[in-house]
Amino acid sequence: MKAPRFAYARPASLAEALALLAEHKGDARVLAGGQSLVPMMNFRVAAPKVLVDINRIAALTGIKVSKNHLRIGALTRQADLERSADIARHLPLIAAAMPHVAHPAIRNRGTFGGSCALADPAAELPACALALGAMFVIAGKKGERRIAAGDFFKGLYATALKTGELLVAAEFPLPKPGYAFAFGELARRHGDYAMVGVAAHGSTQGGKFTDMRVVFFGIADRPQRAAQFERALDGRPAAAKTIEGGLGELDADLSPRADFHGSAATKRHLAKVLAGRVLKTMQGVAA
Amino acid sequence: MTDVSESVEIALTVNTERVKRSVPARLNLADFLRYELELTGTHVGCEHGVCGACTVRVDGEIVRGCLMFAAQADGCAVDTIEGLSDSREIEELQSAFVLTNALQCGFCTPGVLMAAQALLRDEPNPSRERIREYLSGNYCRCTGYQSIVDAIEAVAKARASRGESGSTR
Repeated sequence: MKAPRFAYARPASLAEALALLAEHKGDARVLAGGQSLVPMMNFRVAAPKVLVDINRIAALTGIKVSKNHLRIGALTRQADLERSADIARHLPLIAAAMPHVAHPAIRNRGTFGGSCALADPAAELPACALALGAMFVIAGKKGERRIAAGDFFKGLYATALKTGELLVAAEFPLPKPGYAFAFGELARRHGDYAMVGVAAHGSTQGGKFTDMRVVFFGIADRPQRAAQFERALDGRPAAAKTIEGGLGELDADLSPRADFHGSAATKRHLAKVLAGRVLKTMQGVAA
Repeated sequence: MTDVSESVEIALTVNTERVKRSVPARLNLADFLRYELELTGTHVGCEHGVCGACTVRVDGEIVRGCLMFAAQADGCAVDTIEGLSDSREIEELQSAFVLTNALQCGFCTPGVLMAAQALLRDEPNPSRERIREYLSGNYCRCTGYQSIVDAIEAVAKARASRGESGSTR
């Protein structure tokens, strides 16, 4: 179908965008890449009265590396993340995830911030943000606030963003030496949303797992860390045996819900198989 | 103050021609090209970004015509299958598609050609697996894809044998 009627606004600055969001409150939606919002409008699942198109606000775009962190502007296209040398060097987890995000024509429009603000539970970027301990930067009429990824994702398509606020960037701590990553997902077709996916980050320095963050997506109503599994890894040898020994903990960590991909039991099984397979690919993990 | 309106004035370049129109905000780019400009080579299939039939180029990059509003293309350069065909940019791909029988009904073909050209620009020598992966967002219900992959691979090989490499970004 076609999108329902709406009024269109294209602010040139963040201040103008925030003024529009404040004026139209719940009637307004932010239009970033539009690769999820527009299909939802075409399906008539979403029918905002006002669309605030932020695509011409240059300040929201770009990848910047500073001494302690890497900042991704909310409007940065997924294709630009995929091609960025800075991302490949500092956040290789995100570089590994990008080819799994939909298709090239979608990634040319889809944005980093749009994916995080939509908070689809099966999306890759929110899971990566959580695994990497990102801090989201949110602008509102009263100024900026920061919120950790772990507190940002609140549930199915729900985030800590309040009416009138705009996600402007995320700041990622630069990984210290010895940190490694793993990423993988199972999807029926390339580019589909994951049936189950895992994004992991942590240290394997000295042949030992430490500071492990293992995030599952497509399992719960939001990206979810596997706390018990992480504890089963931390402090133990970075080896396949440790991973296999810890997989049973996922029974306690994960309570998948049945969906059109399969039953809860199927999803739990897939999560374990995938986690075992993927974590063994981390640099520094002994066979 | 920023304008907030259900009708938007746009000026853009389509296939190198300047175009000015007043459009409803809700009109998507694919429908704008088809109904306003009568460029009906851009097909509309699923209208939610899955099938790839509406693939066009905006400022040099392929996008879904059904997931972008015409209002958003204001100031942009849009290329459609008609433009790529007239400029002979995809002549070789078109011939290869005919030779390998890479289309039957032709509904997906404009979008597939758009995507194939984008792939070969960035990666002049893709593997068959890579071609399939890149085209995973373009559905074809006739060919089973085999002949489409054959055609694209043949063009890549022909270009390589002439010593051409893809244009750099």
